[in-house]
Amino acid sequence: MSEASKQVVQKPVDFRGGGFAPQSKTWVGFLVFVLLIGFIEFGTRVGFITSLTLPKPSDVFATFVDLWKSGLLWKHLIPSISRLIIGAAMGASIGIGVGVLIGLFSLVRAGLVPLVAAIFPIPKIALLPLFVIWFGIDEPSKYALIAFGTFTPTVVATYGAVDNVDRSLIRMGQSFSLSWFSIVTKIVLPGAMPGILSGLRISLAIAIILLVAAEMLGAEYGIGAYILEAGSLYDLERLFVGVTILSILGVSVSAVIGMFENKFLDWRT
Amino acid sequence: MDLRLEDIGHHYGDMEIMQGINLEIPAGKIICIVGPSGCGKSTLLRLIGGLERPTVGQVVQLGEPPEDSINPLTYVFQDFALLPWRTVEGNISLVLEDHGIRGSKADEIISDVLARTKLTDFRKALPKQLSGGMKQRVAISRALAVKPAVMLMDEPLSALDSQTRELLMDDLIGLWTREPFTAVYVTHNLNEAVRLGHSIVVLSRRPGRIREIVDVKIPLADRELGDPELERQQKHLWNLMRDEAMAADKELINV
Ligand SMILES: Nc1ncnc2c1ncn2[C@@H]1O[C@H](COP(=O)(O)OP(=O)(O)OP(=O)(O)O)[C@@H](O)[C@H]1O
Ligand SMILES: [Mg+2]
Repeated sequence: MSEASKQVVQKPVDFRGGGFAPQSKTWVGFLVFVLLIGFIEFGTRVGFITSLTLPKPSDVFATFVDLWKSGLLWKHLIPSISRLIIGAAMGASIGIGVGVLIGLFSLVRAGLVPLVAAIFPIPKIALLPLFVIWFGIDEPSKYALIAFGTFTPTVVATYGAVDNVDRSLIRMGQSFSLSWFSIVTKIVLPGAMPGILSGLRISLAIAIILLVAAEMLGAEYGIGAYILEAGSLYDLERLFVGVTILSILGVSVSAVIGMFENKFLDWRT
Repeated sequence: MDLRLEDIGHHYGDMEIMQGINLEIPAGKIICIVGPSGCGKSTLLRLIGGLERPTVGQVVQLGEPPEDSINPLTYVFQDFALLPWRTVEGNISLVLEDHGIRGSKADEIISDVLARTKLTDFRKALPKQLSGGMKQRVAISRALAVKPAVMLMDEPLSALDSQTRELLMDDLIGLWTREPFTAVYVTHNLNEAVRLGHSIVVLSRRPGRIREIVDVKIPLADRELGDPELERQQKHLWNLMRDEAMAADKELINV
């Protein structure tokens, strides 16, 4: 017995649990950026990336600083951001409203779901000329384009989220004789919130894409106009400044939504 | 307030779920309903509380509910049905707000029911911070907050481990002893039935009918774990149900 037990090989049981549980490791994403930019900087300096392939990151940064100092940065950024906010706010709020109605009323659902499905795949940029005719060349046509583009994904995400609200909670509300209005505002809407917010992430990214498209097709100031101008001159430094600003805009929007999620959805397990 | 079920029958589509259910639910008593899986216990409970309409027959309310009853027919669900985004306190105030009870009056009720279910320290906790047993106690205190005339409980303890179940059964007996309430208590656990029920309704397999109603005479507070009389009753119930359960099991396979 004692001899046998001496020969038994002891080893800890292999761990195979981990993973599949997203954790916040912001610095990794940051590190990827730093490494990538560092690599390009190195490559352009040493010469195995030619200046025609990619601009030097430090030059891009210098161009950015110039843009900032000249005051042109804000001249481009402010109209863009206000277009984005106004357009996306219109599209998202109407989208959430319609989505909730679709989720709550079968008649609205029967009437609107096919319509939404029909307009979802239309590339909204193709409709810009139409919006220009309807709303004029100025701001309203840009708002309309962004709003329309944010609207469809928001609707789909919202009614999906409303459909996914736990029916047993609604039944609970009914069993305590809560009013219809209370069930909607206190059970359905908070329950749909996670789905609506994750839908907004997608909708707002689409809004930024459409913002640039609208500005490229006719605007004096705006990130889109800036990029278009740089592109037509093959000024790669300025092109990359514009693109970087867009990326930062996207990251900021996503960070804002992340903040909302942390604040309002801390009840999730 | 008493309830009377008059010749209740129910169909879902072509499927007959139950038929000819006649039953009295007297005030101040706990009626347990047992029966094989799928015989329509949950459905019957939904019919009693007015969440669904029976195909035939009716549920009659005899007399008015007590003046102070806010929600006369109140459920306790198997899966607790707590709003995860509201605290313990918020989940209880949810069902008071709609009946115009807010502020200090709501506070008073909430403190009272939390004390009765020994949850006072967890007033501000979110459901995700609570164990299963505590969640069910929150659900029970929420039900108590609306001063129900009849509590409709659908397997309230079956999601819990057996130790927690024992503790909560003691809690329920304590609550009832201090202030008798009326309840219809659905369970598939015969031990729960003999511990908590003043009478136990045994349903047959689908379509559910009443096979027998067993009265347990021992007062709730005196029903000890392992009491020979209770064991005898539990055995009797099991004998009644065994054939039904076996037949019901086969039916499911044949579907
Ligand atoms: N909404 C519904 N529509 C159609 N069929 C239903 C519906 N609800 C229940 N049923 C069917 O009715 C039968 C009885 O269901 P019920 O949930 O009342 O049984 P139960 O006795 O509570 O079973 P269990 O012990 O598993 O909880 C089942 O066969 C079920 O499939
Ligand atoms: Mg059931």
